Amino acid sequence: MQTELRSSLAGNQCSDHLLHRLHDLQSRFQHIPAQEIPPLATELQLPISQVEAVIDFYSFFHRSPRGRIDLLFSNCTSCGDLSLMQQLCTSLDVSPGITRADGAVSIDETSCIGMCDQGASLLVNGRIMTRLNPQRLQQIAGLVNAGTPLDAWPAEWFAVPDHVRHPGLLLNDALQPGAGLRAAIQRGAENLLAEINQSGLRGRGGAGFNTSLKWQLCRDAPATTRYVVCNADEGEPGTFKDRVLLNTYAQQVFEGMTLCAYAIGAKHGYLYLRGEYRYLLPTLEATLAEQRAANLLGENILQQPGFNFDISIVVGAGAYICGEESALLESLEQKRGVPRVRPPFPVTHGYLGQPTVVDNVETLVAATHIAVQGGQWFKAQGTEKSAGSKVLSVSGDCATPGIYEFPFGTSLQQVLDACGGQDAQAVQVGGPSGTLVGQAEFGRKLAFEDLATGGSIMVYGAQRDLLAVVRNFSHFFAHESCGFCTPCRVGTPLLRKYVDKIASGHGTPYDQEEMARLAKVMKRRSHCGLGQTAANPLLDLLERFPHVCTDRLLHQDYEPFFNLDAALATTRTLTHRDDAEAHLS
Amino acid sequence: MTNNTLFIDGQEIPFEAGQTIMDAALAAGIYIPHLCHKPGLSPHGSCKLCTVDVDGRSASACTLPASNGMQVDNNTPALNEVRKTLTQMLFVEGNHLCPTCSKSGDCTLQALGYHFGMLDGHFPPFYPRREVDASHPSVMLDRDRCILCELCVRASREVDGKNVFAISGRGAQSHLIVNTVSGKLGDSDLQTGDMAAHICPVGAILIKDHGYEVPIGMRTFDLHSVAESDVASPVTLKKTEHHDA
Amino acid sequence: MPKIRIATTSLAGCFGCHMSLLDIDERLVGLLEHVEFNRSPLTDIKHCGPCDIGLVEGGLCNAENVHVLREFRQQCKILIAVGACAINGGVPAMRNHYSVQECLEEAYLNGVGVDNPMIPDDPELPLLLSKVHPLHEVVRVDYYLPGCPPSGDAFFNILSDLLAGREPSLPKAMLHYD
Repeated sequence: MQTELRSSLAGNQCSDHLLHRLHDLQSRFQHIPAQEIPPLATELQLPISQVEAVIDFYSFFHRSPRGRIDLLFSNCTSCGDLSLMQQLCTSLDVSPGITRADGAVSIDETSCIGMCDQGASLLVNGRIMTRLNPQRLQQIAGLVNAGTPLDAWPAEWFAVPDHVRHPGLLLNDALQPGAGLRAAIQRGAENLLAEINQSGLRGRGGAGFNTSLKWQLCRDAPATTRYVVCNADEGEPGTFKDRVLLNTYAQQVFEGMTLCAYAIGAKHGYLYLRGEYRYLLPTLEATLAEQRAANLLGENILQQPGFNFDISIVVGAGAYICGEESALLESLEQKRGVPRVRPPFPVTHGYLGQPTVVDNVETLVAATHIAVQGGQWFKAQGTEKSAGSKVLSVSGDCATPGIYEFPFGTSLQQVLDACGGQDAQAVQVGGPSGTLVGQAEFGRKLAFEDLATGGSIMVYGAQRDLLAVVRNFSHFFAHESCGFCTPCRVGTPLLRKYVDKIASGHGTPYDQEEMARLAKVMKRRSHCGLGQTAANPLLDLLERFPHVCTDRLLHQDYEPFFNLDAALATTRTLTHRDDAEAHLS
Repeated sequence: MTNNTLFIDGQEIPFEAGQTIMDAALAAGIYIPHLCHKPGLSPHGSCKLCTVDVDGRSASACTLPASNGMQVDNNTPALNEVRKTLTQMLFVEGNHLCPTCSKSGDCTLQALGYHFGMLDGHFPPFYPRREVDASHPSVMLDRDRCILCELCVRASREVDGKNVFAISGRGAQSHLIVNTVSGKLGDSDLQTGDMAAHICPVGAILIKDHGYEVPIGMRTFDLHSVAESDVASPVTLKKTEHHDA
Repeated sequence: MPKIRIATTSLAGCFGCHMSLLDIDERLVGLLEHVEFNRSPLTDIKHCGPCDIGLVEGGLCNAENVHVLREFRQQCKILIAVGACAINGGVPAMRNHYSVQECLEEAYLNGVGVDNPMIPDDPELPLLLSKVHPLHEVVRVDYYLPGCPPSGDAFFNILSDLLAGREPSLPKAMLHYD
């Protein structure tokens, strides 16, 4: 059995977590050298196959060296612009995914990095660079070719402003650090749970499970050890509100975890931070240190004998699926992020098999405010089934992308009016795994009972090609499927193939029918939310914007699945032939 | 209705606390198609061939605990069509060229194809390039045929008391690996008598020097359909402690 | 009543399916009262005319296979993919484990006993596709008759059904992939 990860003395980051050790190796050698794997496995007392499996599961670990400058362009429809990637590839004479012969640079794409309100963005050696444009890329090319170390690049290129455009219930409510904990201790754990229950708070990650019930179930589960885990693996394309909450409201996030620990009797908590947000780590560690100094974490918190709780941060390494709570727990346990069979649920069998609460960043922030202001204060906003407010990440074709906090029940149109997205033809609500809606549905309300969203609002203006958007999402899911179950592992690449075929003008009505049939099997029969939702954008497109697909279809019975002439290219070269018989149309 | 019964396609069957739908069905002699499940090994739920509808909701029979009064749809034309599609997906994902495989006739994937009346792979094939490992003196590992069911992974850990196999990678790149420094099967402690060497439902793990011993017409699924053979002779395995080394 | 016209061909196959077709033995005599063969290795007719049924054995490994398959699809009302190779590439698809360059270099440059090493470039020779493909990746296939080869009984079964105007079916006992 694995034991709980030892925390290092320096910070409370678990420095001997497999993901962290692999990150160190990747940074040091630009890849994971094969000869480093057996000693690492021995040292961490893990099977060598487990280390190998983890290396190949997470996108940010590589078997062969990346460039000393490794640039990963987001391929998200909001914070990605792959034409810029092509431009940089041309100026630096690099092919995507292939390290330049001198080892100086490599360029590739990566799934959404959560910078959707910051313009086109990339990760360079794990650091965020935003507001990319052709001029900036010219400057980057110059620095790369000059061999300028990353630390000497202009610091302002790495700035990530918050862009809070419309604060609401939570973001307007200034709190003193520890106010929530003090109030909770005064009330007692039972009353804290009652207060959360009264507030009607539901999970902000998207699924909307009742928070007080989750805490209560965990508290009631028979065990001596319980855990609190904050899910900060915000990977849904178009979502970046947790990044802002962690950047500016981290204290409230950690306090929310501590409140949960108080309610359920946990001694340790983990914040699982997506690898793309590694740049937030120093700020988060500093906040933890402040909270320890203020006795808001550690032993006998706020002089309560036996109230011991501390938090470690574990940083992911490029795997969207780890946002699924049981996959996150697997990842915390130093394994591939494969969603578990449920039941049992994490509240009874979570981290290391112990009862565990896994809550979204925003849920924990809300809990902190509720502990201070009370359940009634929270419930006063929102709808009957969706109490309180929702922090939205708004991006895409709108004048002012950024963070908007609105009460639940606000219509999509109100959000569009606020962000300058009035000429939208469609909005993807809740990210690719959510719902694609057209103008006829802009009056619908953002709420669990109507349009549910974990916070992603992607606006698509009239000039957008919605099939290109859906194609982007189908590539995203095929890239991020964990590979556990048949419908998703095989279905997502097949779906990608059909969408590519149609988008490239080679699809037929038969292909569209086949695609829809496959989509339904995946939606209903997949193991977890990823496979169950991967086909949603496509099914929504077919239902709400049928012409977008049908307009591209060839009016013929059948069309090959691959380019026949291209399939002869290699043998044409090898035989030096270019006669008519050496081609197929 | 007595306590602890559920209904599969309308037939009332008993179950004991802790049993899954699959456990209860097998005990009652009802066949629910499956590939990644073997009684005695911990249930896995990855192949999804045991997909059933429970009170209208989709579930894996091998992992969902049975509960009182459950209405389970199993042997329906719609579900068997879904299962046929899943079988086709497994076929096109790997390199399942039956005429070239010595497991042919004894292969559960193939037998399920027959069971569902599958005539073709239907989807465009992936033709992945996967490594063959012939380094072990008596066991062959041909990843072309691996369906990632993890039966060998679990058999090695739970029955053999070893940890020879694991799944590595992600998504369509997921692949079976061997828990040795070289990654080669020949350097592992796998022995011919281990359950992990025999449990493969397809031709990915084969015992060397024993191919094509049984003539066509006499092989397992020449004589029985997958439904009969599975229900009639379930493999009873002894579960041991998890061994992590 | 006019006879049903059947065409047959072997693409990247071994003619084993054709041998099996002949295994319907004396029933062939009765069958020939109702059918006639157009393009087929049995008739040596080089191009397919309008037909009712096309039986295609083998997958697609080169440009010529594609031309022939397209001719069959165009001329035949019903196209049947016959045998493992037509359905999933079969034995020839084992070369998909290697790149076509590796295959050609092994066969014509580096292989054991190669004299005068060179990759043939005669325009008479059909160019190889980068991979071997099943028929349904290139044309619509109406029916699949699996087996390596399908038995004579399976051929007789499917042809009898089609001649009688029935939707063809295959008894489970005749369904096999090897």
